[in-house]
Amino acid sequence: MTAAISIRSLTYRYPNSHRNVLDGIELDIYPGERVALLGPNGSGKTTMALHLNGLLPIQAGSITIQDTLVADANLADIRRRVGMVFQDPDDQLFMTTVGDDVAFGPANLGINPPQRDLVVQDALAAVDATHLAERHPHHISGGEKRRAAIATVLAMSPDIVVLDEPTSGLDPVGRRELAELLATIGATQLVITHDLPFALATCPRSVIVDQGRIAADAPTIDLLSDPERLIQHRLELPYGFQLRAPGA
Amino acid sequence: MGGGHAPNKIHDLVISGESSVHRLPPDVKLVALVAFVSSIAMTPRHAVWAFAVYAAILAAVTAIARVPIAVIGRRLLIVAPFLMAAALVPFIGDGPQTKVGPFNLSTDGLWAAWNICAKALLGATASILLTSTTPIPDLLVGMTRLRVPRPVVSIVAFMVRYLDLLADQFQRMRLAMAARGHDPRWLWQARPVASAAGTLFVHAYERGERTHQAMLARGFTGHMPDLDTPTRSSGAWLTALGPAALAVSVCIVAIVQ
Ligand SMILES: Nc1ncnc2c1ncn2[C@@H]1O[C@H](COP(=O)(O)OP(=O)(O)O)[C@@H](O)[C@H]1O
Ligand SMILES: [Mg+2]
Repeated sequence: MTAAISIRSLTYRYPNSHRNVLDGIELDIYPGERVALLGPNGSGKTTMALHLNGLLPIQAGSITIQDTLVADANLADIRRRVGMVFQDPDDQLFMTTVGDDVAFGPANLGINPPQRDLVVQDALAAVDATHLAERHPHHISGGEKRRAAIATVLAMSPDIVVLDEPTSGLDPVGRRELAELLATIGATQLVITHDLPFALATCPRSVIVDQGRIAADAPTIDLLSDPERLIQHRLELPYGFQLRAPGA
Repeated sequence: MGGGHAPNKIHDLVISGESSVHRLPPDVKLVALVAFVSSIAMTPRHAVWAFAVYAAILAAVTAIARVPIAVIGRRLLIVAPFLMAAALVPFIGDGPQTKVGPFNLSTDGLWAAWNICAKALLGATASILLTSTTPIPDLLVGMTRLRVPRPVVSIVAFMVRYLDLLADQFQRMRLAMAARGHDPRWLWQARPVASAAGTLFVHAYERGERTHQAMLARGFTGHMPDLDTPTRSSGAWLTALGPAALAVSVCIVAIVQ
């Protein structure tokens, strides 16, 4: 089976930095999988995500999305296939209404207006945000912003959705609703988070990144049952959290 | 949200309202602004009456658009550094002197200071009126319609975004400093303000970068898609260009006078 995302020896150093933030990442994610990317702050999760969309130049190694190499010549195609939901929805939503924001991506793809309206409606309906279409993106709640940001990405019908710390800024209800929402999205998903219960609720498989490398790759329930290993990577279940397999 | 940013973004510059000024197509407003500001810039400094007419035109547009004077005043702070620099000119100019209170000031310097202040204030007010009545995405569409080259459209977009973010963060930082007992009366007394301003600029820049990345991730190539921005009609051109045409005539009269 062709991997949805295939990363080989990806290494990256920010200009003016003296160390490799990514240091030989190797990872394959298959179509339809939901994978959590866990790791402490500063471990390079966001840097890796930005590479998947061609937002940072590849310095060494390679990334293949389905059959297409991430490279300058294929950027438009890559960006249609990979949807990025950024950590802070305020960075992502910048138009005057939520509806216009959702229409921004399809318009960039050249989808004509009548068709575009349908796509926008579908994307908003998919995140249960139809009623937000005319609202100002900054005058809605944190959970609504997150759903709107996800709609802007779904409107481009991506095959792969990457979400960078999607639970940050959400209250418990917002987190649960988000977990339910992700379960309804058919695309392959890479969920970056250090929210371990959320990872368990949404992703059967988890990968730990530390110091720019893949430090572990296993079923989420197995990783979370190994407190010593979690501590090694500055990860920790919330106090009082009782580990149970999802659905158990 | 994450990081506790106040929900203040580019389009928050717009004072919500439903005036005829708000509804004008953005490309038309842009052309009017350029004509208006160019007239101001080219008006000879001795034609004081011409500046009075410009001010009256701006006052009328402000009233029609129902933009609160306080908002304009606050946003005008952005030209404060220019005004302060201009205020120094009469002290250092030479040539004939004029006595003002206890000072002997250069007459030519006084005119130069007047020229800078009048033009900066009027030009800035006109721009503030535009950004208070037109969302930035619409302005970008306007520029695209006017065939402004793409890199310029992007640069302007990000410039405006940084300015807005800076102003917003500056406000919050001043509050935070005031909360710790700092009371900067004058910008140059406020070393902490100056050093923090550098940090702010970096934050605002990074924020702008992230928004830019989020736009690229959704296929943005520097060309703003035209969603349903108001389109121009001959009526819109007449309405918007009325004040600008008046300003151009005033400028021409002032020059040939
Ligand atoms: N634009 C940048 N320039 C220089 N260093 C950066 C930049 N962005 C992130 N870094 C550094 O790279 C490391 C990894 O950052 P990041 O990918 O954001 O980590 P994570 O998302 O896992 O918290 C951090 O040490 C961070 O300080
Ligand atoms: Mg991050």
